Amino acid sequence: MSPASTPGDPVLSVRDLVKSFATAGGTLRAVVGASFDVGAAETVGLVGESGCGKSTLGRTIMRLTDPDSGSILLAGQDISRMGRSQLRPHRRRMQMIFQDPYASLNPRITIGRLLQEPLDVHRIGSRAERQDRVAWLMQRVGLRPEQAERFPHEFSGGQRQRIGIARALALNPDLLICDEPVSALDVSVQAQVLNLLTEVQEEFRLSMLFISHDLSVVAHVADRIMVMYLGRIVEIGGRDDIWLQPLHPYSRALVGAVPRLDPDEAGSRDRVVLQGDIPSPLNPPAGCAFHTRCPVAVARCSGETPQLRPVGAGRQVACHLVSDGPGA
Amino acid sequence: MTAAPLLRVDGLRTVFRTGAGTANAVDGIGLHVDRGETLALVGESGCGKSITGLSLMGMVPRPHGSIAGGRIDLDGRDLLQLPARQLRAVRGDRMAMVFQEPMTSLNPVFTIGNQIVEAILTHRAMTRRDARARATALLELVGIPDAGRRMDDYPHRLSGGMRQRAMIAMAISCDPDLLIADEPTTALDVTIQAQILALLRRLQREREMGMILITHDLGVVAETADRVAVMYAGRIVESGAVRQILRAPQHPYTRGLLQATPHAPTGAGRKGARLTEIPGLVPSLYDMPQGCAFEPRCPLADASCRRSRPTLSPTGEDRHVACFHAG
Repeated sequence: MSPASTPGDPVLSVRDLVKSFATAGGTLRAVVGASFDVGAAETVGLVGESGCGKSTLGRTIMRLTDPDSGSILLAGQDISRMGRSQLRPHRRRMQMIFQDPYASLNPRITIGRLLQEPLDVHRIGSRAERQDRVAWLMQRVGLRPEQAERFPHEFSGGQRQRIGIARALALNPDLLICDEPVSALDVSVQAQVLNLLTEVQEEFRLSMLFISHDLSVVAHVADRIMVMYLGRIVEIGGRDDIWLQPLHPYSRALVGAVPRLDPDEAGSRDRVVLQGDIPSPLNPPAGCAFHTRCPVAVARCSGETPQLRPVGAGRQVACHLVSDGPGA
Repeated sequence: MTAAPLLRVDGLRTVFRTGAGTANAVDGIGLHVDRGETLALVGESGCGKSITGLSLMGMVPRPHGSIAGGRIDLDGRDLLQLPARQLRAVRGDRMAMVFQEPMTSLNPVFTIGNQIVEAILTHRAMTRRDARARATALLELVGIPDAGRRMDDYPHRLSGGMRQRAMIAMAISCDPDLLIADEPTTALDVTIQAQILALLRRLQREREMGMILITHDLGVVAETADRVAVMYAGRIVESGAVRQILRAPQHPYTRGLLQATPHAPTGAGRKGARLTEIPGLVPSLYDMPQGCAFEPRCPLADASCRRSRPTLSPTGEDRHVACFHAG
C-alpha cells in the first residue's frame, strides 16, 4: 500500500499499527492496521467520534502505550519496539498536548520549574541558559515571565493550554501530537489557542498530528485529514477534498452533520442524518464496520472488510463502493 | 402587537450569595417566546444562560442562589407570584426541561418506563396502565427502537443518544407548551447530535411548542433556532432573528464570537488562516466593571463604555443591541 505522498521524507511514518486492549468485556481492538505519513512542517488532522481509536493512535505513536504490531518510524527510525533507554533520545523529538492541560501539569510545582524540567531531564544548556529558555518560551506563548513563580491552578484554562504548548516546545521537537487541544475551551479562548498553535507550527516548521472530534476545527488547521471509524482509518485526503468532496459514506455523513454558521447553508443542505448508534468497539460489525449505519451498503459490505486503497492523487479510501481514480 | 407571547420575561435577576460576595448571574434580562418558535440563548461559560433556564423552571440551586426580581409570565400569568404548589403543577406540565447530561436527571435506580410513567401520573389523572401505554408510545415517538422492551431498561443500559431521547420523551410526556433544552447535544457525537436536533425540530413543529435552546454553539443556533439572544456576563447584549444576527451582527461581542469560530473552508479558505481572537477573559461575576462588561475586551471601547453600561435598545423590528457603538 502506498500512503498519500508528502513532499520530502516524512517525519512520521506509521505502518500497519495495531493496538488492542484486554477488557472485562473482551478484546477491544482500538487501532486496526493504521498506515499514514506526516510530512515535514505538515499538519495532519485525525477526526472521528467517541471510541474510534483516535486518542489511542496518538498515544501509541508517543509510545505512552505499547503497540501490538506494526511500525512507527520517526525520521526513518523505527521506535515501535525500543525500550525505555533506547527511546529516550527520540522522546524529545516528539511531544504531546492534551485536552486538559491541568491533568498533565503537576499542581505542586511552579510554571517556571514545570517548563525547566524537560531541559533538566535532557541536560540541555547551562543553568542560566535554561532559565533564559524558560523566559523565552513563556513570552513566545503569550505569558509574562514574572508569572513563572505561579502554580497551575492560578491560571485560566486557556493560559494552562499555553503552558502546555510552551512545555511541548521546550525541547525543540520535530513532531507535535495534539489530542483535543481546544475541546475544553470556550470559542473566544479556543481561537487564541488555535492561532498560537498555527503560529508556532509555522515558525518552528513543526509536523503536527491534530486529533479532534470537531471537524470544523480540524479543517481549520490541517493540510490533510484522516477520518477514523471504529479503529480504522477509512479515508485520507487533502483538507479541501475531505471537507468539500468526501468519498467515504461515513466521511460524507460526518461532514454533513457539522452545524453550519451560514443560515442558508444550515437550512437548505441535503444531508444524510445517519440512523442508529455508533456500535461498541468491543463488538464491531463484521465486514465494513460502518455497514450497519451506511445508507448505501450492499451485501458485500457485511462480509468483506474494505482496505484503505489509493483513489487518485494523495487520496485513499476504504470503501467497496468508491471506484478508483479521481472524481469517483 | 398581536396576542401575548407564550412566555414573556422582564427584568429577571438571579443572584448567588457566597463567601466571595454577590454575583448577578442573571442581571435583568427580558425575552419572549411564541408558540411554535425556537429562541436560542447563546453565550460562553458563565454568561448566565443555564441559570436563566433554571430560573424559568424555578430550579435555581439553593441555598446560595435566588431570584431577586423580575417577572416570568407564562400565558399572562406571573410564575414568580405563584405559590409553590401551583408552580410545581406548572413545572413538568406546561413547561419542561432537557439537560446536557441525561444521567443527572434520570434516576439510575428506576427503569426508563417507570420514570416516564411517574412523570405522567404526577400531572395527569389516568390509570397506571394507560400511563404505561402512553410512555411506550412516547419512546416510539422519539425514535427509540424496540420501545416496549426498552421501557424496562435502566438508564445506564442506554447509549448517550438513546438516553437523551428518553429524557426528551419524559420532558414532552405531558405535552408542555414550552420546552427548555440546555445544551441537549453538547455531550453527544456529531452524527448523534444531528439526530437529536432533527428530533427536537420535528417535535417542536408537530406540537407547536415554544422552545428555548441553550447552547454555546452558533452552528447549532443556525441550524435550529428562529430567534437568538446573545448573553454576556449575565445580560443579553444582542437579540433578533437568527438570520439577521448571524449575517449582520451589531454587537462587537457577537461579531467576535462569529469571527472566532473556525469556519471550515469553502474552497478559497487558506489553511490556518488566523481566527479573530477576542482578547482576554470574561470578567468575574464578583468583580464586574462599572461600565459595559465587555469593555475590557472590546475593540470599539472608549471612555463612555467605561462610565456606564449600555442598555438593550431597539435597532430594528424585534432587534435589540446593548452597545454605544452598535452598527
